[in-house]
Amino acid sequence: MKTVKVGQGSCGISAGAAKVYSALEKTNLNAKLTVTGCIGMCYLEPIVDVYDENGELTRLVRVSENDAQAIADFVNTGDASKVKKLLVCEEDSLFLKKQTRIALRGCGIINPDEIDDYVENGGYTALKKALTEMTPESVIEEIKIAGLAGRGGAGFPTWFKWNAARASEGEEKYLICNADEGDPGAFMDRAVIESNPHNLIEGMLIGAYAIGAKEAIVYVRAEYPLAIIRLERAIEQVKENGIVGENIFGSGFSCSFRIKAGAGAFVCGEETALIESLEGSRGMPRLKPPFPAQSGYWRKPSNINNVETFANVSWIIENGGEEFAKLGTPDSKGTKVFAITGKIKRGGLVEIPMGMKISDVIFDIGGGMKTDKNFKCVQLGGPSGGCIPADMHDTEIDYKKLSATGAIMGSGGMVVMDESTCMVGMARFFLDFTAKESCGKCTHCRIGTKRLLEILDRICKGEGREGDIELLEETCNEIKAGALCGLGQTAPNPVLTTIKYYRDEYEAHIKEKRCPAGECIDLLKYSINPEKCIGCSLCSRKCPVGAITGEIKKTFTIDNEKCIKCGQCLDACRFGAVEKR
Amino acid sequence: MSNCCSCGNNDLTLLNETLEHYASVPGSLITILQKAQGIYGYLPADVLNYISDKTGIPAAKVFGVATFYTQFRFKPVGKYLIMLCQGTACHVNGSLMLEKTIFDTLGIKDGETTADGLFTLKNVACLGCCSLSPVMMVNDETYGNLTPEKVRQILAHLREEAEKEAQE
Repeated sequence: MKTVKVGQGSCGISAGAAKVYSALEKTNLNAKLTVTGCIGMCYLEPIVDVYDENGELTRLVRVSENDAQAIADFVNTGDASKVKKLLVCEEDSLFLKKQTRIALRGCGIINPDEIDDYVENGGYTALKKALTEMTPESVIEEIKIAGLAGRGGAGFPTWFKWNAARASEGEEKYLICNADEGDPGAFMDRAVIESNPHNLIEGMLIGAYAIGAKEAIVYVRAEYPLAIIRLERAIEQVKENGIVGENIFGSGFSCSFRIKAGAGAFVCGEETALIESLEGSRGMPRLKPPFPAQSGYWRKPSNINNVETFANVSWIIENGGEEFAKLGTPDSKGTKVFAITGKIKRGGLVEIPMGMKISDVIFDIGGGMKTDKNFKCVQLGGPSGGCIPADMHDTEIDYKKLSATGAIMGSGGMVVMDESTCMVGMARFFLDFTAKESCGKCTHCRIGTKRLLEILDRICKGEGREGDIELLEETCNEIKAGALCGLGQTAPNPVLTTIKYYRDEYEAHIKEKRCPAGECIDLLKYSINPEKCIGCSLCSRKCPVGAITGEIKKTFTIDNEKCIKCGQCLDACRFGAVEKR
Repeated sequence: MSNCCSCGNNDLTLLNETLEHYASVPGSLITILQKAQGIYGYLPADVLNYISDKTGIPAAKVFGVATFYTQFRFKPVGKYLIMLCQGTACHVNGSLMLEKTIFDTLGIKDGETTADGLFTLKNVACLGCCSLSPVMMVNDETYGNLTPEKVRQILAHLREEAEKEAQE
């Protein structure tokens, strides 16, 4: 029998996948209709995958509920004439071809709501192998051979953390998964949980066995309702099947499993803040040492890893650490998942081997810019990261090489920008975020981010002063040196990297009161070129504040005192007479 | 608490089941607050004090935790809660323009509710639908690839819908 899978990750559902699914249910479709998670090609959602009896795939993209009958006819008869416009094109299929999927394996293929589907695809064999054939020490050794490093951003060796937690004294230990994905512009972890929750559970249970934890907890961002629902369902299923609880697989190892929904605080991505939040308090970081491996949740030895880190674990145990280490570079092993967004043509979720060049990700996989403007830079690591300019596009994706640019690997947010994005504005955007999200515990972060934001604010408004760039740099360095946790220590990165690579933009704002990218509203000036204006009055009619006046068939003018710089005149003019400076 | 507008007469018994279940479980305060907001739509001051009484957690800590996290609110929200994404991808693709459009159309800024109680605007960090950016979510519905024009249409449509409901 044929199978029809509708991709229902959050992206797909937002684009209308649930409506497509219910429309398909109402047709005479003669196939097994099922749900799958995120295929990764978010820009083509909603996506419907049709598998024939031999498992051969036909992918239909940008489907709407009105296409349901045509799809059913295609599935029932094999006649593709009515769905021609929906077939994925050759160029788009390149998006997946250049990827290597380990953490994302199964995503967009299996049904996240069915444990049987996961098991049929080889699920839980790695856990069984670890529990029945391996000692906790040999599990840690395998992870060490693999060279797996923390995928949350810092890139700390996973085996080292596991080993430290294992070595800590005490019977009561905890294994925690950090799924508080707070980076604006990043959705890797959400996709993994929504699309393949059992893979996360399996990785965590292997980790729990390795460190000797009796309880595993996932701390999930509350803004991810679908991820929570799917993970809860998966936990019910593993409980029913005896995969969590007492004496798992008859190995004598017991471990319970639960979810805790976060309540919205970026700082909770910091491990000690996350622990405070788990304990029901304000998520404010603790002083380190002691590290969580010695004294974490309820002051017991605890180990915290990111979702993507755990998503690699079962593959490593199944295939061996050496196989994993074959991928990547000497310093960075395996693969990395990125969420590519921004001004990119093919935005979505990609998993690539470490060592790939940034330009390969942006142009070969992402298809380049979606606008007619040039590629300007790529932002990695969100508010803790920095931007890498276009002329460094051949930088390899590797922890050390990325850090050398001033940016970081980060958790996987990759926002692509073109020439219309102002770099001072970008730095201001991130500082606005970190200043709001600073928990307030340490002075450097609480006051320092606020001061940085004030300076950036005035530069964007055209009120920048001589010496502001130096003042920004000095403040940044002091925050980096003095802040208590990762949030504060990395908050200056967006400012420092933009100054490093786009100092001329800062200078143009400060000295010439000009925004080269044409984005800072306060520095913009709209005018009408008399040589191009034919006096049609369209701009004047569109202007919401009556700032444009003139006589028909004569040149119109803009009163800059009244103008609110909304840009509607620019969009309205058919003769290119409205100019933005 | 200056940011708590209501000390009203809420039916506190609605919370008893939650409290029976969680009051004695250490570390459950955030979960209790989430359940309470689920019941009342926001966290009124009397509810917070009731949680403090029943759990033995000092009221200062209950308020401290509630005000720390962005999920919790202390005023009722409008019929339509507009969550406008301010994530990086949406920012790059023009979310500021949308915020301005909403202000021009409804006269509300982040955190405010229209006088008729129909719309509340809340800026959120990232809805995770970056490939559809710029995005906003109204109640459970997500709207993507927005332009100021589209936003105006959506708001007008919702207002019409509400008026129709009111007439019925």
